[in-house]
Amino acid sequence: MSIDLSSCKKDFPIFERKVRGGNSLIYLDSGATSQKPNSVIEAESNFYRTVNAAVHRGAHLLAEEASEAYESAREKVAAFIGARSNEVIFSKSATESLNIIAYSFGNPDSRINIKAGDQIVVTEMEHHANLIPWQQLAKRTGAELRWLSVTADGRIDLTNLDQVITKKTKIVAITHQSNVLGSILPVETIVKASRAVGALVVLDACQSAPHFALDVKKLDIDFLAFSGHKTLGPTGIGVLWGKFDLLEKLEPSLFGGSMVDSVTMESATWAATPRKFEAGVPNMAQAVGLSAAIDYLNHIGMHNIAQHEQDLTSYLLKGIVGISGVKVIGPVDMKDRGGVVSFTVEGVHPHDVGQVLDQYGIAVRTGHHCAWPLMRKLNLVGTTRASLYLYNSKSDVDSLLESIEKVKSYFKVSK
Amino acid sequence: MELDSLYQEVILDHYRSPHHKGLSANKDIQVHHNNPSCGDEVTLNLSMKGGVVTDLTWDGVGCSISMASTSVMSDLLVGKGYKDAMNILDNFVELMQSKGQSVGDESILEDAVAFAGVSKFPARIKCALLGWMAFKDASSQVMQ
Ligand SMILES: Cc1ncc(COP(=O)(O)O)c(C=O)c1O
Repeated sequence: MSIDLSSCKKDFPIFERKVRGGNSLIYLDSGATSQKPNSVIEAESNFYRTVNAAVHRGAHLLAEEASEAYESAREKVAAFIGARSNEVIFSKSATESLNIIAYSFGNPDSRINIKAGDQIVVTEMEHHANLIPWQQLAKRTGAELRWLSVTADGRIDLTNLDQVITKKTKIVAITHQSNVLGSILPVETIVKASRAVGALVVLDACQSAPHFALDVKKLDIDFLAFSGHKTLGPTGIGVLWGKFDLLEKLEPSLFGGSMVDSVTMESATWAATPRKFEAGVPNMAQAVGLSAAIDYLNHIGMHNIAQHEQDLTSYLLKGIVGISGVKVIGPVDMKDRGGVVSFTVEGVHPHDVGQVLDQYGIAVRTGHHCAWPLMRKLNLVGTTRASLYLYNSKSDVDSLLESIEKVKSYFKVSK
Repeated sequence: MELDSLYQEVILDHYRSPHHKGLSANKDIQVHHNNPSCGDEVTLNLSMKGGVVTDLTWDGVGCSISMASTSVMSDLLVGKGYKDAMNILDNFVELMQSKGQSVGDESILEDAVAFAGVSKFPARIKCALLGWMAFKDASSQVMQ
């Protein structure tokens, strides 16, 4: 049964504006960043209006209330991913979250760390944010970076899993859902292979946490990162989750105020986990905004959101495969795939496709999607990507499909 | 339609059949420029004699704007002296920065005035300038 989420759209004020050509906005770029409901915008600005103060610092009422709001946000995020709140670290973004762990693993003082000769495994479909921090960690430590390949149909090639993940592998860092192909990775299989050799698993949940319910315990992973701004929340807030005993063994990678236990002129000791990973006055209003975003998502229900996106994606795929000269880059069946659909239009560069779609009010992403190695592997200069969320509807998809035809006629692509 | 001011017929023609495309065997210098935000790339071979552009060939992948702009530029700059070429280039850059306020000086820019509409689309200005920046880099190295 399909889910009717059409009443959600009115909660997002951006849809009231007009865009190029006087058109209504058809926003198909939630994979880059999501739009924000009023409740999030209000929660963030109300923080500034009513309780603004530096958390964990002042002796005054506002500081108490701000700390309370910030720590409740942490609890909210923890419940959202099935974690304990002392395992949730606030960062500025998923990118920062991934860099924090990569740096912490590179610190020889960490009780679990990466050394020369160790192996780090990623996949060929990683976003640069879950690739370059590991490249750099390998470079700093003398470890070896290896990767699982992608198959022609946009899945992870598991045929050589036991050659890629070996006894020397210490970290396996993978995306949960590809931001280019939409494919959902076989986390269970990869976790099993990692566990078998004692490697830790880092999951980039940027494209999954906003779209379907997940539970870090059920996934049996060790670290997870996602961004608030793709989850209906504000920019400037990201999440890093790690198993408590592992976080305890890691040294922080950002240093300064708020993360210390005691400081002398020569040295310092750290506050308890997770605070030791949150140096400086944190992005408080943004954490509170993210908390409101999670309330909103829970109110709609993650299962309903997932079902809605599955229905729309399936509808989009059915329509797009029928357009001649258009090729879907990624799985065309609904098995283990989410609402990110990349495609190419023969004879028209993605940037030009996006430009014509923009003329009809359709916002898509074009280019390499911060996954340059994947583009190279697939022999593409880029793709056009439509990514769906709870506020999208079948009529958005219809507009996209009609406008792709207009792209073809504008650039006089015969067929 | 607003789009027509961006995609002038001249631009689409050059995109479909680009001029001077395909790298020559001989060159004084080769440069490679890319646009990391969209992945467009241009490789440019340049030969100059006595401060005059004698040969300019290129290859690349990219959108209609970046490819057509490089093509039009090649037509325009072959046979020009360095100073002249820089003057044309400065004129083109100015046109790109005009936010739709200028139609361009046809006596200097010839077919390149077709790109005037690009200046209304901030995201595309970098596309239009890709080949030109490659030329600027290459020619200033030769002139050094
Ligand atoms: C799969 C994936 N990982 C990581 C990131 C980085 O997220 P952010 O830019 O919010 O740090 C993104 C965002 O584009 C993404 O799609």
